[in-house]
Amino acid sequence: MAQVELRNLVKNYGVVNAVKHANIVFQDGAFTTLLGPSGCGKTTILRMIAGLETPSAGDICINGQRINDVPIHKRNLGLVFQNYALFPHKTIGENIAFGLKYRGVSKSDAVAKVKNALDIVRLPGIENRYPAQLSGGQQQRIALARAIVIEPDVLLLDEPLSALDANLREEMRIELKAIQHRIGVTSVFVTHDQSEALAMSDKIIVMSAGNVEQIGTPDEVYNRPTSEFVARFLGASNVVGSRVEKRDEISVHVTTQDLGSLLLPAANCTGLGAQATQAKIIVRSEKVILNPDPAKGVPAVIKAVDYQGQLARYFITVGSTDLQAMALIAQAPLQVGTQVGVCIDPADCIALSQ
Amino acid sequence: MTQTDPRALKLLSPSLAFILAMVVIPMAFILVYSFYENIDLAVDRAAFQFGNWQELASDGYYHAAIWKTLRLSLIVTALAAVLGYIPAYVIAMTQTRHKWLLLLLLIMPFWISFIIRTLSWIHIFGSQGAVNSLLMALGLTDAPVAMMYNEFTVIVGFIHVFLPYMILNVYVSLDGIDRNLEPAARTLGATPWQAFVQVTLPLSLPGLAAGGLLVFVLTGGSYVTPLILGGPRDFLFANLIYDAIVTELNWPMGATLSFTLLALLGSVVIIYSRLMGLKQLSRALS
Repeated sequence: MAQVELRNLVKNYGVVNAVKHANIVFQDGAFTTLLGPSGCGKTTILRMIAGLETPSAGDICINGQRINDVPIHKRNLGLVFQNYALFPHKTIGENIAFGLKYRGVSKSDAVAKVKNALDIVRLPGIENRYPAQLSGGQQQRIALARAIVIEPDVLLLDEPLSALDANLREEMRIELKAIQHRIGVTSVFVTHDQSEALAMSDKIIVMSAGNVEQIGTPDEVYNRPTSEFVARFLGASNVVGSRVEKRDEISVHVTTQDLGSLLLPAANCTGLGAQATQAKIIVRSEKVILNPDPAKGVPAVIKAVDYQGQLARYFITVGSTDLQAMALIAQAPLQVGTQVGVCIDPADCIALSQ
Repeated sequence: MTQTDPRALKLLSPSLAFILAMVVIPMAFILVYSFYENIDLAVDRAAFQFGNWQELASDGYYHAAIWKTLRLSLIVTALAAVLGYIPAYVIAMTQTRHKWLLLLLLIMPFWISFIIRTLSWIHIFGSQGAVNSLLMALGLTDAPVAMMYNEFTVIVGFIHVFLPYMILNVYVSLDGIDRNLEPAARTLGATPWQAFVQVTLPLSLPGLAAGGLLVFVLTGGSYVTPLILGGPRDFLFANLIYDAIVTELNWPMGATLSFTLLALLGSVVIIYSRLMGLKQLSRALS
């Protein structure tokens, strides 16, 4: 078990700054997710922890020990690849036992450990099969078993679910989280999928273009984004420009062009500079309530509907402002062209500096 | 193989007819010729007798040539495997975008006739060659050192000409290996060398075997390289065929020897295809 700390970690590829001064602590035993779009540097960080990339500057520490110069095979990390990376010429048993033979584990102990690892990933008794004989989901479980059987200090997961199909992915993410929770290994999970990150993580690190945008619990990054990027990346958010009219200790009064004036609680405005005269108001699409009666709320018209079964996403126009609204629906969705009234609770809005 | 679609046979028939007309029937003529009797230079009598085959079975000269051919083919194959693996590995693992250039360099020697390439060694190892000129210029020797026309130069000539076949085959199989496998082995505790021996090397064995087969068969069937670079004793089995047909004008014996070499090298191919299958070979050659 271990705590991983990145201090001012930088990675440059020529003139490209893949990672810019990352300072991150991965807590002992926690499941921490690096979340961001492709090219944001999340995989580069993971590969630097594993030793597969060399940092351009900065330190990587495990339990306070700097490991920059420790070769890959001495770091005692478990790495699970997106494409499984099982050894095709070795049986499942040999694949899982691969790391054990470099740790001086006796043959008989190795057999017991392999059996135990297969039990953990719920694929008992397939030691003698070859990877090609297994489905993608099974192969990913074997890759996980191979990584955890060596009792690594840190488990590194590089988009392990993205090669699986949608149903299997959801099943595996519940199981992966359960296994991690049971063995309690410090885990670093890389993904671009916000629902995976929200569902599995103890802590999420949102990254963009080599920068750490926000670090927080799933609830914090979802409900209290500190930047427009985070708000937009985690679920569909509306961003509306506004003017700051008045602010005091308990509230901030802003006016918008089409949604009237809003009185935001001061707690929602920590991201707003003290002297700011303009504010970006962020409101999640599921917090935009549509009332079938246009008189109840700000009048708006539905421009497009994205029907998703139990959910519908409406693209609406209020005056000259375009908004998205997500609603749970019981029956048919509202039709395009319907006049509705828009209601937004100021308590659901976040104000950020322009 | 047990269930053959009749349409498959129809689709294959043009190529099968071609192979029949151009390979099988001529080979059958050669087999028939091996039973003819040679009376005098270029004078044969149509017959059905086993004199040529009895001579092959009883004459130690032929047996020595067979052993020599097998031994030299094995040496050349083993050296080509070791020497070819390294460039194949470098080309397969290089990160540069100009990989095509490296592969082009590999194919470029084929633009020059292999006889010319073989003759070029005379200018390197010959008494007036590059090596001797250098040694004499450095004052290490007064007279040219005899380096040509021995088994060593024959082996060098073979390696030079056949190495690209080995490199291409090994390259193709290395290139097909998942790039994450070595890192996976490394994170599990293997040193770079252990990761190579445990993962990359076994996965590249099909390419090594295919390259080995080609080099072995090509060497085993050669006669020009020993003719140009070898001494009087450095003949291979194919040189005996050349002698029988071109020098002695004894076609029935030449036919007998030809069929023997075909059977020997053919059996190597059959053993290989039983062990490895021919898939890897067709992948590398396509």
